[in-house]
Amino acid sequence: MPIAETDVAWVEETKLGLWEQLYIPALIDGLKTTIGHMFGRKVTEQYPEQEPKLPANYRGVHRLNRDEAGRVRCVACYMCATACPAHCIDIVAAPAPLDWQKDGREKYPETFVIDELRCIYCGMCEEACPVDAIELTTLYDLTGLSREQMVFDKEKLLSVFDTTTKAGTDPVRTSGGRLGPASEAPK
Amino acid sequence: MPTVYVNDKPVEIGTAKLNCVQAAELAGAFLPHYCWHEALSVVASCRMCLVEMGDLKDGKVTMQPKVLPGCQTPVKDGTVIVTGDYDKRDRALPVLPYDPAYTKTAPLGARAKKAQADTLEGLLINHPLDCPVCDKAGECKLQDFSYKYGRSESRMVDLKNTPANKPGLSSKITLFTDRCIMCTRCVRFTREISGTAELQVVGRGHHEEIDTFPGRPLENKLAGNVVDLCPVGALGSKDFLYKQRVWYLKTTDGVCNGCSTGCSTYVDTNKDIVYRLRARYNPKAQGHFMCDDGRYGYHHANSGERFVRPVVKTEGRFKPVPWSVLLPQLKLDFQTAANQNAMSTVAVLSPFLTVEEAFLLGSYFKSLSPHIRLVLGPVPVIGADDKYPKNVKGESIEPVKFTIRAEKAPNRVGVEEVLKALQGEVIPFAKVTGEALAALWFAGGYPNPAHLDALVPPAWKTPALLVAQDLLPTVVTASAKYILPATTGFEKDGTFVNHAGYAQTFGRSARPPVEVRSELQLAYDLLDRKGLAQAANVRKELAAKVAYFS
Repeated sequence: MPIAETDVAWVEETKLGLWEQLYIPALIDGLKTTIGHMFGRKVTEQYPEQEPKLPANYRGVHRLNRDEAGRVRCVACYMCATACPAHCIDIVAAPAPLDWQKDGREKYPETFVIDELRCIYCGMCEEACPVDAIELTTLYDLTGLSREQMVFDKEKLLSVFDTTTKAGTDPVRTSGGRLGPASEAPK
Repeated sequence: MPTVYVNDKPVEIGTAKLNCVQAAELAGAFLPHYCWHEALSVVASCRMCLVEMGDLKDGKVTMQPKVLPGCQTPVKDGTVIVTGDYDKRDRALPVLPYDPAYTKTAPLGARAKKAQADTLEGLLINHPLDCPVCDKAGECKLQDFSYKYGRSESRMVDLKNTPANKPGLSSKITLFTDRCIMCTRCVRFTREISGTAELQVVGRGHHEEIDTFPGRPLENKLAGNVVDLCPVGALGSKDFLYKQRVWYLKTTDGVCNGCSTGCSTYVDTNKDIVYRLRARYNPKAQGHFMCDDGRYGYHHANSGERFVRPVVKTEGRFKPVPWSVLLPQLKLDFQTAANQNAMSTVAVLSPFLTVEEAFLLGSYFKSLSPHIRLVLGPVPVIGADDKYPKNVKGESIEPVKFTIRAEKAPNRVGVEEVLKALQGEVIPFAKVTGEALAALWFAGGYPNPAHLDALVPPAWKTPALLVAQDLLPTVVTASAKYILPATTGFEKDGTFVNHAGYAQTFGRSARPPVEVRSELQLAYDLLDRKGLAQAANVRKELAAKVAYFS
């Protein structure tokens, strides 16, 4: 829709007077800020010697959470892959192993691959997940020597869960039900 | 003319015997329903189509005090139907003279609306709401109607029933018992359409379950239809289970190439891979359903053994050859063969080709020399026509509701008509197998190579120049000089003519492998036509030339 003519306000550039044209007041103004910072609180972070403290909702590398029995919590519903605007998640679903089916687990991801290079770290996958299986951690310094190394498979994503929970940097934040609150028995 | 009023909209029903669901559909109003299906008997068990009904007589509408199931209630002249969507009616229409005593207690449509919401709440009481792992999610009527007519919250406080799944229901179908809403469409299908009656309802009340008799699993050639019929995710096809989420699938109208019935299908593909076939309602072809041979008969398209590029036999081994080299060579070879010995040059057009392909390929060979014979490819006939419903002894009973034809090719009639138009007669393949031929072009496309292998006599004399175009390795391709890859029925557009002479045009649902040229494109290239093959243009040409197709 084009912008209505009435919604447009035209702004004229202000004319500079003689005082402004000298530029000295602007110069002094700028120096004031610079010198002020010399005596103020130091804000520079000494990265990489000092690691930054990141908030819990920082959107870094993904992890796949484990359930109480240590199995992958993911039920392969493809909600994350559907929500993903970068199309970086690839899942192959399969019927769950027989002993999982006793606990009502019918479907599980045979493979779960995230292309961390293609990902834009928007967090939509975490938002979409009905079982809180995928989460973005505070791991931010992701490096690799090849493109293949940056394609994370299920084992790698589960190992991110193990490392981050063990290190205590990213405790399990949410504890959604088996298939979200609607499928749970009332408390 | 009998007139029915749906949400104040008059609609003339003529002499048709309709129920409220059908009458509402005529009027452009949708009545949600689970258990009712046009091809099955009426049980009115789901209660989703509850409507308010009345009679317009002597300028006054007398309404029934209670809501009625629309599927079970026939309409007649003067019937007034008020659906739950009455507040979304066309307000330009004059309001009927409703009884003020009726509208005083509740506004019109409110009773039906509440009845539908209550019905849905009842259906969802024991439903596990496991939509994230349910294959039906996205095309589930329970999801759709809950969203449209239901409540957003459940008031259920007790534990839900969790009956065990029944993966042993059938070799091809699994039952997620807890998702079932007991519409009994599947039970009625096996009793009325297939006649095999494997499925039944066991238990009572909220403990009702769909089940089979022990040792009598759901195994019949039409069993796959119960998955299509199931309005929820209770019955799942093992072939499709967890393969794709349905919202990734692209649906195209197709025609089954399994037999000469030519069932109309929906072809569900994602990224050029066929994942599922479903029956498309077409009263002229087959009706509502399709058989399992056709339904699960798409795997040849995804087979790893398919020919994916043209190959030429040099020094006893097949080597890939680019089309740019191959095409001039083929043209030269067949031109030479036609010039030297046209009488023993033959082109075989299989009944798996579309009429467009058969016409254009046939025209090419006739343009080389009118003496080149066009031959109808082997037509596989397996057993006898399989008719349903069946009785307990497995004999078919009248009236026949579904036929699986013995002739396992979709387009014999069409190719025959093309051959008649091009050379005046149809020469069967068996007639030329005994001859020592100089050159043979075999345009195949047989989805089941065993069918073709059975029809080629072992004593067949291989011609010196044999060009075989097929999907999978057969006895013909084994002795060929050139093997050209063929396209499946999903990878081309064209027309098939079924056993009864009913022509169906279908579109391409998947692209063939990159180096595969469709038969029609190949015919274009052989005829030195410029550009991409357009089936629609060829169809026009064919209609102008052949009276049968005009």
